[in-house]
Amino acid sequence: MNNRVVITGLGVVSPNGIGIPDFLYAIQNGISGIKFIPQFADLNFNCQVCGIPDFELHQLKNYVTETTLYGLKSKGIGYGIKAALDAWTDAGNHIASEQTLWNTGCVFGSSVSDTEMIKNTITRVDSKESKKLGSRVVEQIMNSGITAYITGRLGLGNKIINNSGACATGTQAILLGYEYIKHGMAKRMVVGSSEFVDAYIFGAFDSMRVLSRKFNSHPEQASRPMSASADGFVPSSGAGALVLEDMEYALGHNARIYAEILGGATNSGGQRNGGSMTAPNAEGVIKCIEEAIEISKIDAQSIDLVSGHLTATIADKLEIQNWTKALGRKGINFPKINSLKSMIGHSLSAAGSIELVAAVLQINNNFVHPNINLEDPNPEIVDLIGIVNLPVKNLQMEVNVIAKANFGFGDVNACLIISKFNNNG
Amino acid sequence: MDRIAILNELKKVLAPYTERKEMLESINEQTDLIKDLNINSANLVDIIIEAESRYKIEIDIDSAAKMFTVGACIDVIYLKINHTA
Repeated sequence: MNNRVVITGLGVVSPNGIGIPDFLYAIQNGISGIKFIPQFADLNFNCQVCGIPDFELHQLKNYVTETTLYGLKSKGIGYGIKAALDAWTDAGNHIASEQTLWNTGCVFGSSVSDTEMIKNTITRVDSKESKKLGSRVVEQIMNSGITAYITGRLGLGNKIINNSGACATGTQAILLGYEYIKHGMAKRMVVGSSEFVDAYIFGAFDSMRVLSRKFNSHPEQASRPMSASADGFVPSSGAGALVLEDMEYALGHNARIYAEILGGATNSGGQRNGGSMTAPNAEGVIKCIEEAIEISKIDAQSIDLVSGHLTATIADKLEIQNWTKALGRKGINFPKINSLKSMIGHSLSAAGSIELVAAVLQINNNFVHPNINLEDPNPEIVDLIGIVNLPVKNLQMEVNVIAKANFGFGDVNACLIISKFNNNG
Repeated sequence: MDRIAILNELKKVLAPYTERKEMLESINEQTDLIKDLNINSANLVDIIIEAESRYKIEIDIDSAAKMFTVGACIDVIYLKINHTA
C-alpha cells in the first residue's frame, strides 16, 4: 500500500502563542516566548530563562470532564490534551465520540513524565503516607499518560503509541503516524508531542553547561541559533499536534487540507564516527535526510525551506554542513533556512511537532518566519549557505516544499518532507 | 454527628467525582456510588482519602471495601467517628 497522507488539523501550545491564530501571528511577527524565571535564579542555575506557555490546567475546562480535570496535575499532559483536542476539532470533529473510532489511532510522544508529581510521590512514600496518594498518580507519571488521556477522551481505537526519542520525539511521532496511514493500517492518526521542563529537568541540562547563560537579563535575546554569539540553548515547554488522514478518506468527507506529508525517515548514526550520546554522527544525519527525500520522490532542488533543528549551540554549524551535503546545495543555491527555536527555545520532545505545525502554517500562508536574534550570523554558516538564505524578517514567498529535521540524544535523527497539497500529483 | 449530617457532608466529598451533579442533590442511603452516580471505581480510593481527612478518621482497607453505597459509607464513617470520640 502506498496511500497519500494529508494534514487536516493543527493544534499548538507554544510559549509565544496558544492556539493556531495566536501562534501564526507570533511566528509571522518574530515574537519571543522566552522569559526570565525568578525561581531559576533562586536555584543558582546558570541559565535563568526559559520558554513557558501561558497555560494553566483550568483552561482545559471545556476539553475534559470535570471529574477528569479534578486531580489532573501534570502540565505536560495538559499541554498535550489541549494541542491534540484543538487539532481534532480543527479537523472538523466533535470532541467526544459515542463509539470507539477503530480507524483512528494516536502516536503522541514525551520524554519525562511530570517530575513534580514524581517528587510528591517520593515525599509521600518516604513519609510512610503512600495510602494518601490516591488513584490519579499512576496515570500521570506513566509515560503513556498523555496518550491515555487524549485517546480516552476522543475514543480512538486504532494503534495507540507513546513514543520517546529525546529531541527527535515529535518528528518521529508524526513519521510513525504517517507510516501507519501510508501502509493502510489506519485512516486517521492524531500525532504530536509534549514537553514540560520543570526545575528538575532544567537543572540536569543546566549542569551539562549546554544552556544559554549570558542573556539572563535580556531573555528575549537568549535563544540565538546560527548566531556568532550563540551560547547554548534555551529550554522550553509546550506541545504540538496534527491530525493526519488518508488522502482519499479526507477527500471523501471534504476535509480542509493544509498540506501533504510526502515522506520521511528516521535512523541513528549508531554513536560511531563522531556520533555519541549527545552528538550526531554526520553520516547518519546525511543518510536520514537523503532517505527522506528519496521516499518523498522529490528532487532536493525543489525544497524551498529547511526547518532546522538548530538549537543555538556549536552544533548549528555542523548541522548546516550536513544539510548542504545531504541536499547537494550550498551558497546562494541553498534553500531558505529558519529555526523556530529563536523565538520559543528548545522544547525537547515537543520541538518536532511544534516546528512541524509552524512549517505547515508557512506552506499554507506562503511565508518564511524570521530568525530572530540573528544580527550577528556565524561567519562560517554564512560562508556555507549565504546570508540571503537566513531571513531575519518575515519573508513573503511561495513555499511549496519544506524539509524538517530534528536530532536527539542517543544519536537519533528524524526528517520529514511536507508539501502543498495538489490533488493532480 | 448524626447520619443526616454525615450524608450532607458526604455530598461535598463526592461532588468532584461525579458528573451527575443533579442526582447528587437527591442521594439517599440506597444510592450506589458506581451505578447511580457513575463514579469511576478507581476513584473510590480518592473518596476514602478525602473522607479520612474531612472527618479526621482512618478507614482501614476492610471497611473501605464495603463503601459502595451512600448508606455503607455513612455506616463506616459513623462507626469511625464514634469510635475515635
